[in-house]
Amino acid sequence: MGDQSAIDIRGVAKSFAQTTVLHDITLEIRDGEFFTMLGPSGSGKTTLLRMVAGFESPDAGTIRLHGDDVTQRPAHLRPVNTVFQDYALFPHMDVVTNVEYGLRVAGVGREERRRKAEAALALVRLEGFAGRRPAQLSGGQRQRVALARAIVNEPSVLLLDEPLGALDLKLRQEMQTELKAIQRRIGITFLYVTHDQEEAMAMSDRIAIMNQGVIEQVGSPQEVYELPATAFVASFVGTSNVIVRRGRTQSLRPERLLLLGPSMIAPDDVTFEWGNVVDVVYLGMVTRIFVGLDGGDDLVAVQTNDGSSTGAPVPRRGDRIRVAWRPEDAFDLETAVV
Amino acid sequence: MTTSVDARGRRGPHVSALARTRWRTAFLLSPPLLWFLVIYFSSLGLMLVTSFWSVNGFTNLVDHHLTGQNFHQIATGAYPAIIGRTVLLAALVTITDVVVAFPFAYAMARVASRRTQRLLLVAVLLPLWASYLAKVFAWTSILINGGALNWTFNLIGLPSPNLGFTNGAMWIVFCYIWLPYMIVPIYGALERIPSSLLDASADLGAPWTATFRRVMLPLVLPGLVAGSIFTFSLTLGDYVTPLLIGGANSTLVGNAIYENLLTGGNLPLAAALATVPIAVMVVYLLVARRLGAFEAL
Repeated sequence: MGDQSAIDIRGVAKSFAQTTVLHDITLEIRDGEFFTMLGPSGSGKTTLLRMVAGFESPDAGTIRLHGDDVTQRPAHLRPVNTVFQDYALFPHMDVVTNVEYGLRVAGVGREERRRKAEAALALVRLEGFAGRRPAQLSGGQRQRVALARAIVNEPSVLLLDEPLGALDLKLRQEMQTELKAIQRRIGITFLYVTHDQEEAMAMSDRIAIMNQGVIEQVGSPQEVYELPATAFVASFVGTSNVIVRRGRTQSLRPERLLLLGPSMIAPDDVTFEWGNVVDVVYLGMVTRIFVGLDGGDDLVAVQTNDGSSTGAPVPRRGDRIRVAWRPEDAFDLETAVV
Repeated sequence: MTTSVDARGRRGPHVSALARTRWRTAFLLSPPLLWFLVIYFSSLGLMLVTSFWSVNGFTNLVDHHLTGQNFHQIATGAYPAIIGRTVLLAALVTITDVVVAFPFAYAMARVASRRTQRLLLVAVLLPLWASYLAKVFAWTSILINGGALNWTFNLIGLPSPNLGFTNGAMWIVFCYIWLPYMIVPIYGALERIPSSLLDASADLGAPWTATFRRVMLPLVLPGLVAGSIFTFSLTLGDYVTPLLIGGANSTLVGNAIYENLLTGGNLPLAAALATVPIAVMVVYLLVARRLGAFEAL
């Protein structure tokens, strides 16, 4: 396998009625990778996932799985399995029967499939739940059953459609760590769909950021955060200030901005602009400061509340202030911004 | 309710609120409960008792001594054939309606657009607003020897099927009349299945036949059983269609009850005959439960 691509999407397009949801998508996902498609709702990420699964067929283009063209192949003949957003557990079957389903359909013998199902349940830490009905489980447990039901078939690619969307924050963070650990352990390719950029950053080897049926950028979490290719990526991944200076669209990360009161001396290597503090929001770990520049732009800056910034007092609403940044922290974006 | 008893053991205001709720529930539930107990169960009970009475052959008066004579009579003579015919016909009508209703309900629930779905639902329910008799008469005019069916067959050069006044005619009319009662519950059950379940089944490698058998059918079964209770029991108790479109060998249990009640003057025997459809339905429901029909409820 090695450097062979697990999923190869070429020139895929799709329209529903009058609306184009995907424009000419080309994407290559490597074998063994945790790959995330990140985007707001309506960006086409779920449609693309459903095409890989075989629930939708593209109007144009091809989809290959490990070199095989599966574009016209129905879902039940594709070597992929899906974890659905609503889990889609069969309500009339108990947990172990749900997990066995794929093996049973494939004609695996009773004993072998029971053994494999129990191993899969152990992997998601649900031993002892085999006889329960889905209705008797919590959201987090159902999510684990859905995961076990998919991986028990040893798919070449696992597709996950916002699987953590229905869980509360704490459970979601726990499951993120666990999903990543499971992926490392079983070593299969994960194609993950989410609209939560933090989730994408926490788990992914690479992220494709999608917007309105187009892929805006593909890269590692660090790349898309530190070197966003477009204004959309800059604002969608983390928080970013997008400004136009000398005809160039540039991105400024809030944590790279320096706030200087009137009495403070600006370092030599920074450029600065004057403005008024519009709002100050205390968030515990950090404080977020909104500044309206005299030139008309609104910027967000972040100060860490680590005690070391006591020398520079936290500004208050209405203060006159300078916002300073080093020129190398303002980098150019590809697309022009309105 | 955690604060219903305070630190000194006094009962707080929540208890009286709870008591009020209980009274209100009792008040709201008692009329339907009363109706159910008095009108429904007591009349059934009365009928059951009546079935163990007999009629004095000379005076034609009801003899209130308990006897199993009626049931002995039902088990012999012409009655077993009538009961067998009725149950067989009800089963055939039910099976036919399932076969016809399922694809129709499937198309309604999972294929048709919202608009078409509404139109089809109205089309299914509309015949229920028409009089039962009018519908049977309409079918009589189609099926009798000079009727539309024979005429159409002759027109395209086929021999007359002459279905009028046969058991076949009864089968057709029953299937037609009870069909909506089968379509609606199946439609309801099909519509409630999330499409992600069918996607998941295909995703796990099941061809549509396996998806149908292992996922769709078990989830539709309660609706299917509900529909079949209608078609089966309504056919078991009917006596009008056999009168209007049936032939010489078309007597059903309902007709036997009717005759004993009105012409024969044998109320106890009629009551005993009336327990037959009830017993058949009880057996039917027990079998359905045994097969897991209500597990997905």
